[in-house]
Amino acid sequence: MTETTMSSAKPSILRGFDLKTAGPAIALLILCVIGFLLNPAFLSEGNITNLLTRSAFIGIIAVGATFVITAGGIDLSVGSMAAVIAGVMIIVMNSAVDTFGTGVTTVLIGCGCSIILGLGAGLVNGLLTTKGKIEAFIVTLGTMGIYRSLVTYFADGGTLSLNYDIRGVYRPVYYDSFFGLPIPVWVFIIVSIAGWFLMNRTAFGRYCTAIGSNESVAKYSAIKVDRVKTLTYVIQGVCVSLATIIYVPRLGSASSTTGVLWELEAIAAVIIGGTVLKGGYGRIGGTILGALILTTIGNILNFTDMISNYLNGTMQGLIIIVAVWLQRGDWGRSKSAD
Amino acid sequence: MKTFTKIGALATVATIALTGWASAETIKIGVSYPTPTHAWAAGMNWHAEKAEERLEALYPDVDLILVNSPDPSAQASALEDLVSVHGIDALVVLPFESEPLTDPVLNVKKSGALITVVDRGLSQPGIEDIYVAGNNPELGRVSAEYMKTRLKDGDNIVVLRGIPTLIDNERFDAFMAEIEGSGINVLDHKHANWNRDDGFEVMQDFLSRFPDIDAVWAQDDDIAIGVVAALKQAGRDGNGMFVVGGAGMKETIKGIMDGNELVPVDVLYPPAMIATAMDVTVSAFKSNGPVAGRYILGATLITPENAASFYFPDSPF
Repeated sequence: MTETTMSSAKPSILRGFDLKTAGPAIALLILCVIGFLLNPAFLSEGNITNLLTRSAFIGIIAVGATFVITAGGIDLSVGSMAAVIAGVMIIVMNSAVDTFGTGVTTVLIGCGCSIILGLGAGLVNGLLTTKGKIEAFIVTLGTMGIYRSLVTYFADGGTLSLNYDIRGVYRPVYYDSFFGLPIPVWVFIIVSIAGWFLMNRTAFGRYCTAIGSNESVAKYSAIKVDRVKTLTYVIQGVCVSLATIIYVPRLGSASSTTGVLWELEAIAAVIIGGTVLKGGYGRIGGTILGALILTTIGNILNFTDMISNYLNGTMQGLIIIVAVWLQRGDWGRSKSAD
Repeated sequence: MKTFTKIGALATVATIALTGWASAETIKIGVSYPTPTHAWAAGMNWHAEKAEERLEALYPDVDLILVNSPDPSAQASALEDLVSVHGIDALVVLPFESEPLTDPVLNVKKSGALITVVDRGLSQPGIEDIYVAGNNPELGRVSAEYMKTRLKDGDNIVVLRGIPTLIDNERFDAFMAEIEGSGINVLDHKHANWNRDDGFEVMQDFLSRFPDIDAVWAQDDDIAIGVVAALKQAGRDGNGMFVVGGAGMKETIKGIMDGNELVPVDVLYPPAMIATAMDVTVSAFKSNGPVAGRYILGATLITPENAASFYFPDSPF
């Protein structure tokens, strides 16, 4: 991860080791050491597996968010989108039982429906931003409210629950392992590799960066700005639908409290990872570390009773700020300035 | 927006004036509560509608007007409308928040209406004629009492709490007070925000952290669902392990009826309390007995024996 990003950084005096890009990795390492010191069970196989699986939701969504943010946009609707997709998936699968039974077909119909909804929701966000010429912040603030109230409406204010028999068929998607790693972690890995390739090895990735740095210049350079920007929201939508596909089998339910604040966690993961919030520079590898850092914080707080429960938010806030400061602050610059 | 509301209000006034003409003797009772955004509140909404149907069929001269509001200020306006537009004789109110709704309810009282407050008290005493509420400390105490019947000296439990609020503190403090001196160790307590996902994650971490847990107090049925999933994932749902939730979710009660060993009991904090409040309020006009006073509902321990009377399969909760 570090080798690839180093090439773009100016030659560092610190023996070719760029502290700034390594910031998120160092922060994660420090967190793990703290976790281990608090309780050696932190590094137990079970806990590491839990941590990775939990990171998968935010991580997959954050990979999509990296594209949106790199191209100068923002998507606040992802948490609500996940909730409404989960809700509709459950409704569709429950009603498909009558015709298709409680087998794999029904689950596949649910997953297909999730992908279509994710594509569609992303496309709506993208088109309203580019063709509608409304600021992304406003568009996605609007769709965030719409999706959130839709899931409340579908659930009649309560909770939507998946048919018990389908749950049995679908359950392994969250709980089973493949070569020692839970399936959600595999999905996370595949999405990460695909995202990294798209960002760093294709024209599309370079277009995102160019648009985020300077949209006008990108336009004059014959980049189809609107199309690329819309596509970033579509990628985001697909990432949300993938995250939802692995989320639903966990508890088999969706309610108005599903995915609350996921958007902010995803954005935080992206920024902790070194992507610039105003666009123009994106790092998929960093985003993945960012998602792991966020989950690890919550995990560690559950592993100790030294800190009052009421101060959990304070600890999370502090660690996020420190993690970003590690790579933004002036502290390493005096040495490498030239 | 504003004109729209005004037109709406005018139209309502016109309709009310017309219907009012027809039956001048109608007893009008306004019922105001927050818009349901979570399962418990959705259950309350369902029970309020059921009670409305039942009471209006029983007493043709009683008119119950159900209004739900998305936030405290909307609820304050709704209360004003109930007085000015409907001219209610009594108000049943579950306040969104105590502080901002005390004055609006006081104004309704000044209009001469009978006041019934449900679940959340007002910040000034003496306004309500009737008070109907669940019992939060009792919920904690009853849960602890059950734990003591199942566990022995030296056994370990973990506690998952709700959203950090007064309600959560009341339940938790009463639970801890009852557990004290029993020799049962409370290993740790964390907030799971009355939420399934948080219940799952907090429980996963408890399971990694503590190799020996004998029982879980989840305080709430939603948290309990997450806890059960985490226990099953870790394969630690056997060996007499059990989880105690609270509230009275229909799925949980169904499980108790079917003899689920992992969640063998539940402690009631019923969304149907709104129906109790409506019944008592109507009695104020219909009964020959006095009804004013405070009604604190029991936090009943739901067991396979009595579960059927708390099971409402059609309710969303």
